[in-house]
Amino acid sequence: MREKQPLLQALDLSVGYSSARRKTHVAGPLDIEIYAGQLICLLGPNGSGKSTLLRTLAGLQPALKGAVKITGTPSGKLKPPQLAKKISLVLTDSVRDSNLTAYSLVALGRYPYSGWLGRLSEQDRKVVDQAIEAADAGSVSDRKVSTLSDGENQKVMLARALAQDTPLMMLDEPTAHLDLPSRIQLMQLLHQLAGQTQKAILLSTHELDLALQVADELWLLEQGGQLHRGAPEDLVLNGIFENVFDKEGILFDKATGTFHLHHGNGKQITLTGSGPSAFWTKRALQRRGFTVTLSQPADRHILVSEESGQTRWVLRDSSGERFFDTIAGLLDGLA
Amino acid sequence: MSVSNRKLFRWGGLLLLLVLAFLLDVAMGSVRIPFREVFKVLFFQDTHDTTWQYIIDKIRIPKAFTAVLAGCGLSISGLQMQTLFRNPLAGPDVLGITSGASLGVALIMLSGGSITTLYTIKELGVSGSWLIIGAACLGAAGIMLLIVSISGRVQNNAVMLIIGVMIGTMTLSVISIWQYFSSPDLIKDYLLWTFGSLGGVSGNQLYILAFAVVTGLIISFLSSKLLDALLLGENYARSMGLTTQRARIIIICSTSLLAGSITAFCGPINFIGIAIPHMARALFNTSSHRILMPACCAIGTLLMLICDMVAQLPGSQTVLPINVITSLVGAPVVIWVILRKNNLKV
Repeated sequence: MREKQPLLQALDLSVGYSSARRKTHVAGPLDIEIYAGQLICLLGPNGSGKSTLLRTLAGLQPALKGAVKITGTPSGKLKPPQLAKKISLVLTDSVRDSNLTAYSLVALGRYPYSGWLGRLSEQDRKVVDQAIEAADAGSVSDRKVSTLSDGENQKVMLARALAQDTPLMMLDEPTAHLDLPSRIQLMQLLHQLAGQTQKAILLSTHELDLALQVADELWLLEQGGQLHRGAPEDLVLNGIFENVFDKEGILFDKATGTFHLHHGNGKQITLTGSGPSAFWTKRALQRRGFTVTLSQPADRHILVSEESGQTRWVLRDSSGERFFDTIAGLLDGLA
Repeated sequence: MSVSNRKLFRWGGLLLLLVLAFLLDVAMGSVRIPFREVFKVLFFQDTHDTTWQYIIDKIRIPKAFTAVLAGCGLSISGLQMQTLFRNPLAGPDVLGITSGASLGVALIMLSGGSITTLYTIKELGVSGSWLIIGAACLGAAGIMLLIVSISGRVQNNAVMLIIGVMIGTMTLSVISIWQYFSSPDLIKDYLLWTFGSLGGVSGNQLYILAFAVVTGLIISFLSSKLLDALLLGENYARSMGLTTQRARIIIICSTSLLAGSITAFCGPINFIGIAIPHMARALFNTSSHRILMPACCAIGTLLMLICDMVAQLPGSQTVLPINVITSLVGAPVVIWVILRKNNLKV
């Protein structure tokens, strides 16, 4: 598969801002390839330069060094309308203060294809309708964009990018401001799109969990501007994922693929039980700072048991046995 | 009624009102002329009274056409500015563009020596008219460029508005300095010009104004697609293949041409530029410039003609300055727009 020509390629690329007085180096040198059908998630701490990298790849700002090649042609050599047929964007810029309806906003995606007055052909309308359907924005297409919720707005912006009908799509933090179900829904949608339409989708996000689940490839941008690329699972196993997000008080648990917020308070506790009850009991104990062990007997032991549909917690310590009906009660008993 | 029928109905109604307003505007004035005679003159029939014929041919019809040009030009320049700055409160008078044009006009009057009045420059004939238009357009374009360069750094619409007002005030102060050293005649001449008048344009001047405004309108209409893309902001516009730098220059040129030429001949007319685009959006419920452009022209013309009729104070011999009326009509619209926050959209 990798023998194909990459849709986007950049060698020795440095990104940042340059003004007459000085250059501000943000990230690089980077070597990048994007292939058709890939869903790539760009992750990195705030301020690591995710947006700058995206903007540079999209041709919205010039690279400090190196060039971005789109299907072999340097993007600087492409005329703006040609580039617009290669890359479509979903940005963080607000479009909500316009009087546009969702439909006419999506229709603007046909801009590079429409005539000099911007009139849409039958074919254009068909593409717009398909884009709205694919982005699951059909229910809001008649509404003004100013009245849409964040989730609806993001779907409409996605539909606009789809209507632009480009092999490459880049999204800058599309999941920001969305509630959890909308975030999952959007990521799922992008995952399907990449698979079904063979579009290459590059998105920056802070959703580490979701990115680990849906991305074909992760790009981890470190604070210093170094980029690590690879399959999500490889990056987790070789410890790079952990390193990039290493911060005081946050631990990445390789075993579960989740982040832990809490430091232990040094106290150990043994937990016996299975299923969801045991899992959430463990979470509660960790929140209180206990190091939960499953095998070694500590001086305190909790037994989670289920009796005729009723969950009960038994706490055994030096003073004997106590019974609890809720986790809250158990935590009180431990204090 | 289907959507397209309703739209057709609106356009039809608007056009009907337009024709009616044009005829009424020609029929009304300080000299009472019977409607029948007005129609006779309008449809090239002889009337018994040559004075009436003269009044209608040489004064009222040019004035009505000037109202049409001013209504179209100012509202389109306002529409373009609101989209370019993504600011619903933008307009040629609000952001100091008309002040820039005024400065251009004032400079011409100044450079002509202390005895030159606007009237005498106009009487220079074609070259004089072009001189005034050129100066006003350059003045307008200068301020427009300044505003564009500042607007890149200011995100807040209200702040941009205040900066525009400040620039306008500064420009007018420069004019005041010149006035301070000018003869009373000149000051009076300039003051009368600032009241605004649709009546001062006649003969060749009307053709020149028409040429400038129609050129500006054609450029604007052809920019409809660029303006549509700019509704999403500069980044999205660029990602859709718009060369923003070029688009900006085109829009600045046509806006300055429209606002500058009209200001040169009719004086700084307030509130039409900011108010009409909002009326057009409200009436046609769209942001598409392909529809808003003609809608602004129609509504702008209609409102200008109505303002002109009101300025005649029907039944009296007095004629009020047009600027007084447009402010009285336009300012409430702007207040309404600001109060109905939902309508603060471009």
